[in-house]
Amino acid sequence: MNGVHDMGGMHGMGPIQHEEHEPVFHEWWEGRAYALTRLVRGQTYNLDNSRHLLELLPPADYLRMSYYERWLTRLVAQLLKNGVITREELESGTPASGAAKATPAVTAAMVPALVTRRNSARRDAQVRPRFRVGQRVRARNIHPTGHTRLPRYARGKQGVIAIDHGVFLFPDTNAHLLGEKPQHVYSVRFAARELWGPQASPRDFVHIDMWDDYLERA
Amino acid sequence: MDRRGFIRHAAAGAAGFAAASGTEAHMAGHGDRGHEHQHDNAHQAVPSDLNLRVKALESLLVEKGVVDRAALDTIVDLYETKIGPRNGARVVARAWVNPAYRRRLLTNATAAIAELGYEGGQGEDMVVLENTPRVHNLVVCTLCSCYPWPILGLPPVWYKSAPYRSRAVIDPRGVLREFGLEIADEVEVRVWDSTAELRYLVLPERPPGTEHMTEEELAALVTRDSMIGVAKVTARPNAPFVQQRLAR
Repeated sequence: MNGVHDMGGMHGMGPIQHEEHEPVFHEWWEGRAYALTRLVRGQTYNLDNSRHLLELLPPADYLRMSYYERWLTRLVAQLLKNGVITREELESGTPASGAAKATPAVTAAMVPALVTRRNSARRDAQVRPRFRVGQRVRARNIHPTGHTRLPRYARGKQGVIAIDHGVFLFPDTNAHLLGEKPQHVYSVRFAARELWGPQASPRDFVHIDMWDDYLERA
Repeated sequence: MDRRGFIRHAAAGAAGFAAASGTEAHMAGHGDRGHEHQHDNAHQAVPSDLNLRVKALESLLVEKGVVDRAALDTIVDLYETKIGPRNGARVVARAWVNPAYRRRLLTNATAAIAELGYEGGQGEDMVVLENTPRVHNLVVCTLCSCYPWPILGLPPVWYKSAPYRSRAVIDPRGVLREFGLEIADEVEVRVWDSTAELRYLVLPERPPGTEHMTEEELAALVTRDSMIGVAKVTARPNAPFVQQRLAR
């Protein structure tokens, strides 16, 4: 979707605020929102769908909220959607009487294994690459209304396949639970001038990771 | 505000975005009750308010047996004290002193990084980008905030911010200048937009005057920013290379 999250090339966002000796979490709640999100992600965790939920925030809220506030908002939405908590419980702050008490799926002893567990989007499927390294390609000029990882600033632009990263599941379908549609992902090398015109340095390049379905022959 | 008050307040913010009937509609504020509750959100962003909201949510989830409080503590502690840029710095220093390791790192980064024991969520498929006198690499995620957690920890606020995400691709030299780094005209600036599930680590150039240093001493020179590509490594040891932990 052409959302406000797709920020590459936008102007007017202000200076970069670099903080010396920045803490990992600035507030107590940030660490808890992060940890809660990591813990309640069950077996059905779908990274692409989770990212898409953030993209669906109204643009003004997306820009106003901090990173972890967006995470917290998503977490509550998912807990309600999945029936882990009810709206009444959220409002009262206590479990409904007679609600079955679960057993926590993850204990402290299991956490180190949880955070080092690999959950790769790479797939073993034998899928033929549609392009080869060195080939000129064009990013398709498409505007999906759902989730996509094809940034607007690259659409319609020409580049060269720099690396074939192998086969990965496809976020545009996976985010909407429409299947993994595994396909090759490439690092596509775009000249900065192709993307931004003559104001850009002739020396500069942007490498963007793109799935086969985002590309056509140039 | 009393306990009942803050919990009601906490719930109002959450309910604005979500209902059992459909997460997506409510994230977008299109749900049946979305509009009235969005109203409440305008004055919700006060940090102390968020502390209260999260405290209430955590208590509820603990009481329901969904999460274990000690497990939450452990996650926070791991990312505050163990999983951070010191890990990446060790990878970089090893590559500087060990040419065979450097080759493995550049050809199969995930496996080479795992040799040092670093792997896991958001580091499953790693790519290492080597800075040279001719090429300076810079990493960004314009669409969200993808970042290699196992070796750099959780990203700093500026990396996740709209200014960096919007400008790194269109004006990388201007961004680098804001970080105090001037890149010569003849050097290629190569920006990597992390749009897929590859995670990037910049292998900075080893600074001159460090030939006598041990691997451990070298690791102490390597900063987080140099591994994102917004800084170079200098031979001056950096005292502040300690992960910061929130004071409580």
